[in-house]
Amino acid sequence: MLAVRNLEVVYNDVILVLRGVSLDVADGQIVALLGANGAGKTTLLRAITGLLDIHDGEITKGSVTLDGEPIHQHGPTKIVNLGIKQVLEGRRIFSELTVDENLRVGAHTNPRNARQNIDRIYDLFPSLRGRERATAGYLSGGEQQMLAMGRAMMSEPRYLLLDEPSLGLAPLLVQQIRDLIVEINKQGTTVLLVEQNATMALSIAEHGYVLETGKVVMDSPAEELLADSDIREFYLGLGAEGTTKSFRDVKHYKRRKRWLS
Amino acid sequence: MTELISSLLRGVGTGSVYALLALGFVIIYKSTRVINFAQPALMLAGAVLVSYLVGPLGFFVAVAVAVAATAMLALGLERSVVRPMIGKPVFIIAIITIGIDIALRNVVNGFIGTDVRQVGSPWGLQSVRFAGVSVQERHIAMLLTALVIITVLFLFFKYSRLGLAMRATAFDQETALSQGVSVSTVFALSWAIAGGMAAVAGVFVASNAGIDQQIWIVALKALPAIIIGGLESLEGAIVGGITVGVVESLVATYQSDFAPWLGSNFSVVSPYVVMLIVLMVRPYGLFGTKEVQRV
Repeated sequence: MLAVRNLEVVYNDVILVLRGVSLDVADGQIVALLGANGAGKTTLLRAITGLLDIHDGEITKGSVTLDGEPIHQHGPTKIVNLGIKQVLEGRRIFSELTVDENLRVGAHTNPRNARQNIDRIYDLFPSLRGRERATAGYLSGGEQQMLAMGRAMMSEPRYLLLDEPSLGLAPLLVQQIRDLIVEINKQGTTVLLVEQNATMALSIAEHGYVLETGKVVMDSPAEELLADSDIREFYLGLGAEGTTKSFRDVKHYKRRKRWLS
Repeated sequence: MTELISSLLRGVGTGSVYALLALGFVIIYKSTRVINFAQPALMLAGAVLVSYLVGPLGFFVAVAVAVAATAMLALGLERSVVRPMIGKPVFIIAIITIGIDIALRNVVNGFIGTDVRQVGSPWGLQSVRFAGVSVQERHIAMLLTALVIITVLFLFFKYSRLGLAMRATAFDQETALSQGVSVSTVFALSWAIAGGMAAVAGVFVASNAGIDQQIWIVALKALPAIIIGGLESLEGAIVGGITVGVVESLVATYQSDFAPWLGSNFSVVSPYVVMLIVLMVRPYGLFGTKEVQRV
């Protein structure tokens, strides 16, 4: 089990981003982590995978443990070797390399089963098959997201941390990515899913956390979150009775005509 | 005609040495974004080491040992001097490499002394004749060695696990880190490879005229080469290096006949003229990535 306890993260020695976050990811689950922009979702992932260093961030309190062993003092290579892999926000494929080479970089820590894993990835993402020699930068957005996920899967991680996999994708592709996440989970990889698209994330997750300005404000099974009136209003965009809300009702200021603004 | 051909071949020969030096610059630049101005000192160190080892070990073993030792030296410099500066602006690191260069050259100069040292290469100034064209043996050796090294390097970058990791790191460090690539290994490896190649180049430069305290200047010919080729491109470094060699050789052969008013030894300047022309037409070099900028 991957567990985060009372984690506090500071950037540049002054900016306190996470303020005592605790979170559990039990094996075999899909766990959703929701939150608005700037809530600290990506920072939490970085703290788990050891990528804080290059962003000048630092864990000042708390711990990240894997099966009870603290791992937050390790570097990213060690953490990947322990079976935790992050898919960075915005896909971040190596666009100058070919699809095949991208996957082989993903196998960096696990070169032994590379051939076999590449076949497995192409089975999982059939749209990448036949594009092995293609330059990765020319793939479509959805294919690039699949490649980024496939690249992460190459090291056979136990835990896959997905940062906004639906970012910038058309609704149909979002559905496809969602099904793939379920499939990856079925094949035995635990998934921590960071999403702004709460509907998508909660539809497949067993458990959900809501992060707000560096604190976990809600921690419930996904069905409860889906039924929660605040979540429905603020994250799913649904009104109290399931009707869409008009912004006219929210507006509390007087509209003024301004020139030059 | 034969004069032209042998001049071209001479140019390709020395050009391939420049290409080796340029590749060293490019490999370090690609992975760390730093231009390593200590390349000339590493080249000198490699050559001097061979001149000391050639007596007891014989030429080829001496070269192998010197290449390995120079690679280790470069790796040590990276670990001790450059590594603590990671995260600082690359400009600062570049200036530090100039410091390394001066310090290292001074140490090595102590081993050169006032004499000219010889590396004792088996190919002296003898020439072989192919169909009426005479080519010096050492130019053939330079070209062949460069070809072998470049081929090995390309295979390494294309197929090996570490080579791929180096390309990935050059492209996007954070993503490479997230894949478990150890970026510090990549940095160290790129310095070691560049150091080894500088040593090979040093041996060939020294097989021309022996080693004195001035031959490090030859390594600076790699600068117009990398700028012509584009700082980030391995292909560019090779094309740039050979261009520099050929231009220099052709100018040396023909300038006194066609443009004597340029004065003697204009060939030394000619690579920089080519560099200026390339900079005016393609500021990012022939193979460099064009910087995408929104206006």
